[in-house]
Amino acid sequence: MPGAVARTALLDAHAITRALERISEQIVALSGGTDRLVLVGIQRRGVELAERIGALIRAKQGGDVPRGALDITLYRDDLNEIGPRPVIGETRLPGNLDGKVVVIVDDVLFTGRTVRAALDQIADFGRPARIGLAVLVDRGGRELPIQADIVGERVPAHAGDRVDVLLTEVDGRDAVELVRGSPR
Amino acid sequence: MSEPLGKDLLGLEPLSAEQIRLILDTAEPFKEVSERAIKKVPTLRGKTIVNLFFESSTRTRISFEFAEKRLSADTVNVGASGSSVQKGETLVDTARNLEAMRIDMVVMRHPSSGAARFLAERIQSNVVNAGDGTHEHPTQGLLDLLTIRDRFGRIEGLKVCVCGDILHSRVARSNLWGLTKLGAKVAVCGPQSLLPRNIEDFGVTVFRRIEEAIEWADVLNVLRLQLERMNAGFIPSLREYYRVFGVTLERLAAASHELVILHPGPMNRGVEIDSRVADGPHSVILRQVTNGVAVRMAVLYLLAGGRPEQAEAAKRGREGGE
Repeated sequence: MPGAVARTALLDAHAITRALERISEQIVALSGGTDRLVLVGIQRRGVELAERIGALIRAKQGGDVPRGALDITLYRDDLNEIGPRPVIGETRLPGNLDGKVVVIVDDVLFTGRTVRAALDQIADFGRPARIGLAVLVDRGGRELPIQADIVGERVPAHAGDRVDVLLTEVDGRDAVELVRGSPR
Repeated sequence: MSEPLGKDLLGLEPLSAEQIRLILDTAEPFKEVSERAIKKVPTLRGKTIVNLFFESSTRTRISFEFAEKRLSADTVNVGASGSSVQKGETLVDTARNLEAMRIDMVVMRHPSSGAARFLAERIQSNVVNAGDGTHEHPTQGLLDLLTIRDRFGRIEGLKVCVCGDILHSRVARSNLWGLTKLGAKVAVCGPQSLLPRNIEDFGVTVFRRIEEAIEWADVLNVLRLQLERMNAGFIPSLREYYRVFGVTLERLAAASHELVILHPGPMNRGVEIDSRVADGPHSVILRQVTNGVAVRMAVLYLLAGGRPEQAEAAKRGREGGE
């Protein structure tokens, strides 16, 4: 990485766990129980977060919440601009989504384009009764009229900043960090 | 990001092992798209693809067409008969006329070796070689690699023997390039008259007897014997070919280990392959057909987005995750 970049810690492991506990409770409230709830994580860290939220709900309410994973690469609107992604992750959805309450889980909400793509993709798999959105971090900077139902932490970041969510399963440790004006 | 593919896919010879692996890895998620109730993703919406087939083909053309449609591209099929080609138009004129209608990609099959490169150097659209003469058939080579990798979890170190008419086969050539680049041990087996001279220079083992090839190999890729070869005097008779080179259940049963059998189709049952083998547990022939669609989706996807200079320019304009 060229140049010195300023990294500021926003959330530590403990704060992430507490945020996920709050998110789990709010998801159960939003779906009116767990009967119709399906958690769908967006590759890659959204999938890990959905797993953790599923485990938290199971610990509190009992019962397994069906979980799925979406890779939205093929639904992006910028193939011409950014070129193909090196490797596309797995998409798997647990059965028919008709009539379910699907909660999309992602690490960071930024422009809203990923969520737009995820909504398109879910529509190809069925017609849920409701689709909600839960994110660990909302960093602002929306380019589309999309808002999250449930937010772990709001972080006012500038356009050139990067918000990194690090998770033990993927990155070896839990942290949320703000990287100021990072050159990419 | 790994090395992009560039504008065209002309063969496996110009590709690096890394590029071949990129295509195979990209094909994995596309397998799932074909298993959905709605077998379609919007990835190539608005792109126009022309399938220009100067030689008859059922499987390859349909496979490309499925791949294109499942990526939401608009497709047009042009065949040699009933088109301006029959009126004597040259290949370049045909392609330039198509380009004047603002197309994005051409998938071409042509009887002349090198036709794909010739076209690619003269038009701006992406060109995918769907078989050119006896030169290469890269997407067939790729789907064979993917099918082998599915079965064994790897290519490196496997013993793969390509059997039959190596001399006239673009499938054989693409297989030899792809397999050797990915580190397989490669052999060929067939009648002397259907092996290229100096085939050993390719770095492959040559078996004259099919029994030896079967005993040596983990995988046999049994090529279609083109029936017109018999009239041209390359082999004495089809019955004779089956007796000497046919991949039969008895021959496989005599081997000391299990083999996996590939065939690019269309099969001549009872000529190069025994029906009981084609339909039996050794065969992954239908898996090849399924994988063909996924591999072609991966190639189209990678080429469509593979304009590195555009990608770079766009990247400079946008920062931050998501």
